[in-house]
Amino acid sequence: MAEKQATREAYGKALIALGAENPNIVVLDADLSKSTKTAEFAKTYPERFLNMGIAEQNMMGTAAGLAASGKIPFASTFAVFATGRAFEQIRNSIAYPKLNVKIAATHAGITVGEDGATHQAIEDVAIMRALPNMTVLVPADGVETRLAIFAAVKHQGPVYIRMGRLELPVLFDENYHFQIGKANILRKGRDAAIVANGVMVAIALEAAEALAQEGISVTVVNAASVKPFDKETLTLVAKEVKAVVTAEEHTVIGGLGSAVAEVLAEEWPLPLVRVGLQDTFGESGRPYELLEKYGLTEERLVVAVKQALSKADR
Amino acid sequence: MNVIDLKRMANQIRQDIITMLVPAKSGHPGGSLSAADILTVLYFQEMRIRPDKPHWEERDRFVLSKGHAAPVLYAALAEKGYFPKEELLGLRQTGRMLQGHPDMKGIPGVDMSTGSLGQGFSAANGMALAGKMDGKDYRVYALLGDGELAEGQVWEAAMAAAHFKLDNLTAILDFNGLQIDGTTDEVMSSAPLPDKWRAFGWHVIELDGHDIEALLKGFDEAHRVKGRPTILIAKTVKGKGVSFMENAVGWHGNAPNAEQAEQALKALREEVAQLG
Repeated sequence: MAEKQATREAYGKALIALGAENPNIVVLDADLSKSTKTAEFAKTYPERFLNMGIAEQNMMGTAAGLAASGKIPFASTFAVFATGRAFEQIRNSIAYPKLNVKIAATHAGITVGEDGATHQAIEDVAIMRALPNMTVLVPADGVETRLAIFAAVKHQGPVYIRMGRLELPVLFDENYHFQIGKANILRKGRDAAIVANGVMVAIALEAAEALAQEGISVTVVNAASVKPFDKETLTLVAKEVKAVVTAEEHTVIGGLGSAVAEVLAEEWPLPLVRVGLQDTFGESGRPYELLEKYGLTEERLVVAVKQALSKADR
Repeated sequence: MNVIDLKRMANQIRQDIITMLVPAKSGHPGGSLSAADILTVLYFQEMRIRPDKPHWEERDRFVLSKGHAAPVLYAALAEKGYFPKEELLGLRQTGRMLQGHPDMKGIPGVDMSTGSLGQGFSAANGMALAGKMDGKDYRVYALLGDGELAEGQVWEAAMAAAHFKLDNLTAILDFNGLQIDGTTDEVMSSAPLPDKWRAFGWHVIELDGHDIEALLKGFDEAHRVKGRPTILIAKTVKGKGVSFMENAVGWHGNAPNAEQAEQALKALREEVAQLG
């Protein structure tokens, strides 16, 4: 796969297009506009861009006030500050009154790389998912990011969109269909299913290919919409396989792995292995070295599928 | 309304506060009573609002950043006709409209859900920014408590309001000097207050928060200030109007019982009778 694009890059481009078609789009940033890629919007629509300085709590509250006055604010900063520093502002000023704020967070996960654990959000999906009224989206490539951003604008209410710093392979083309609350089956198999999102989708597809070589047939589901979660698709998929593996660049506590575990436990119990950060913070390093060190690789997924299948044989 | 009518209304709002807190059996009388004159002037003179159209786009907005003073807001809204006064007796009760802290989704006239201190002030900034972007002439008012000033978010918002030259935003500080654990000077001093706000780029007006005429003049002055936001630092008495609640820390978050309420209402009725 030759073409690559960081999801944050696609976000920046989507904002420019949105700005042109909808005058109510307003973008807020907390002194990170070059990194979050909102800088281009700031240049194109300076009258609708608010640099709030390094003050995330006030940024979220201001976004709430803008939304209460009919604007569609996108509030951007790194995921760790958006959901951590400003958690309670999101809870009480945005989620509780169900205000139409889009929290577009970049630099999620350990693929932030060299900045280390303080800047690597590994629990953001868990804490956003716990909030009533909140929609949580974790797109897998630039195409899906663009579609998720547009879908977020059509959706009335708060949305958390998780994006990354790292350039990712472009997986989808313009025919790709994205819908909030729907998972996409990218590959069909008979033995096991890998449910992934974000950075891990491309890796899951590679793992499925490697497993096919060994005669293990794997379904790959892209669950970009962590909340609302597509119970129906997962249940249908689960009924056709013997075991499930989840793959996320996030702690296995509270994120995609938990969402899948909850659905399986209630709807169709199956052996499950959750691949992700095993209740640990990240550290400084090159993104792909960190993915390797923390077990977020094709090789690890291959092993995980075999482990899950061996549980099914017990 | 003339000044006498405003005084009568403030007295009525104080009676409403006491009355609604009895069946609620909990709630915050002290900081509600201290803000009664401020809200009366806002809702019955200063603000451009239409109770028949709570979401009217051209309306002035009010954010009760010290959300625990919900009873004074609910009383003002009910007296203004946003909802029936009987609703006040359902305050804080299961299944009823009036939540313990203001809820913009369920209560007509509430412009922002608040209760977690410091947060409403930022939302008021956002509303003022939206007004500027849209070229609308509505004004935004935010009522802060002095204990609330310990929240860092207040100062983030104060900095931003001056940075964005929000002259359509007026903050009012209910400067009653008391918070849950004691006086603000004991718990966390915010002195020197006017200097802090001036240093943050605000136009500061100091006044007596129970003097209706001073409040009217203060809001009038705020209208004329261009290029920066204005704060009215309103010196108030916590529990104002109910002698046994005045300046008493214990009446921050305790509702009066029926007997105490009757004593309070009697005094308030006598006070309003003296207005003629």
